[in-house]
Amino acid sequence: MESFIACHECDLVHRVQPLPHKGVAKCSRCGAVLYRHKPNSLERTLALSMAGLILFVLANSFPFLALKMGSQIHQTTLITGIKQLYLQDMRGIALVVLATTILAPLAQLLGMLYVLLPLRYHRSPPKLARVFRFVRSLQPWSMMEVFMLGILVSVVKLAKMAKIVPGIAIFSFFALIVVLAAATVSLDPHEVWEKCEERP
Amino acid sequence: MKQLFLTARESSQISCHSCQLLCRIRAPQKEGILICPRCGSTMHQRKPNSVKRTWALVLAACIFYIPANLFPVTIVTSLGKAQADTIMSGVIYFIGSGMWPIALVIFVASILVPILKLIILTFLLISVQRKSTWRPKDRTRLYRITEVVGRWSMVDIYVVTILVALVNLGSLATIKAGPGVPFFAAVVVITMFAAMSFDPRLIWDAKETLDE
Repeated sequence: MESFIACHECDLVHRVQPLPHKGVAKCSRCGAVLYRHKPNSLERTLALSMAGLILFVLANSFPFLALKMGSQIHQTTLITGIKQLYLQDMRGIALVVLATTILAPLAQLLGMLYVLLPLRYHRSPPKLARVFRFVRSLQPWSMMEVFMLGILVSVVKLAKMAKIVPGIAIFSFFALIVVLAAATVSLDPHEVWEKCEERP
Repeated sequence: MKQLFLTARESSQISCHSCQLLCRIRAPQKEGILICPRCGSTMHQRKPNSVKRTWALVLAACIFYIPANLFPVTIVTSLGKAQADTIMSGVIYFIGSGMWPIALVIFVASILVPILKLIILTFLLISVQRKSTWRPKDRTRLYRITEVVGRWSMVDIYVVTILVALVNLGSLATIKAGPGVPFFAAVVVITMFAAMSFDPRLIWDAKETLDE
């Protein structure tokens, strides 16, 4: 059966055609990417999401930076910063940081596992479409990579003032960003949506 | 120029925002709500009230942009002396101490990106309202850039969070988040919502009506 897709940016209708290995289909009018060929999309994303979850736990359980000033050492985890902001009566900001660096990435990882793990064994979890839609909508709010840039800027900013010691969690952060980006890239959402359709 | 292809709207079809399923609409839809049969989200031919919503959010962000830049974002207390820094004075401090790359990162992410985003969205809104047919492909590209780049403005918020957590050395030195921070965060979040509520298909709709 022939299937069609409308460009999400200019609304032009295209016929869906099979793509060569790692091929990209772009809109003939505005150039937006319509869909890509992604080999083993679901398996890869599942593996990366699992790795991501482990790294996420590591990144949040250990301090990622420590500041040495004289005899004093100050360590920080992601949560301490959020707690400090909260104590300084910056509740809204604490919430924004919490949502974008902890809640959104975590919900995204858990949601992906919820969707992909059963699909891997040819089962479909309850509320599959709803959960997947939620996971997709979180995408712009998960800002781990921006946070990483924030770490780099802070390190440079403080370098003159005190000695900065990177903690174990900083390496988990680095790895987590790579893994999250890879998971996003390797996922072909159309494949999951088609699974939703197959359900009775 | 006569086009060979049709848009979803011209062929009375509707494309789902979240799963991109194409559905045929039987009668011209007036009031009732359409639900996507595949993913269950509400379907719209175009994002609802896109222009109005985006205008409202753009204006709100413009207003917040002012206190975000006038109020300090960090207050450093070192040995009893307090020093308040705005975003711009932070950038100037970095330039003064020769840290050009960091100055550039902060300047681009915190000052340039939000203002460019607001300018581009305003421009797109006006062009759509005037039903302009000027270079739709480039205007779509502009939109794509605003959508991707906006999140990076959050970097300053994270820097403040990290500084506040790390520098808390009792009487020696403390860093506190300044009153500018909430305004700045509001600018970033609101402009992200503004970019999301704008529908780039409106750019192409003007061309369609012209063809008829």
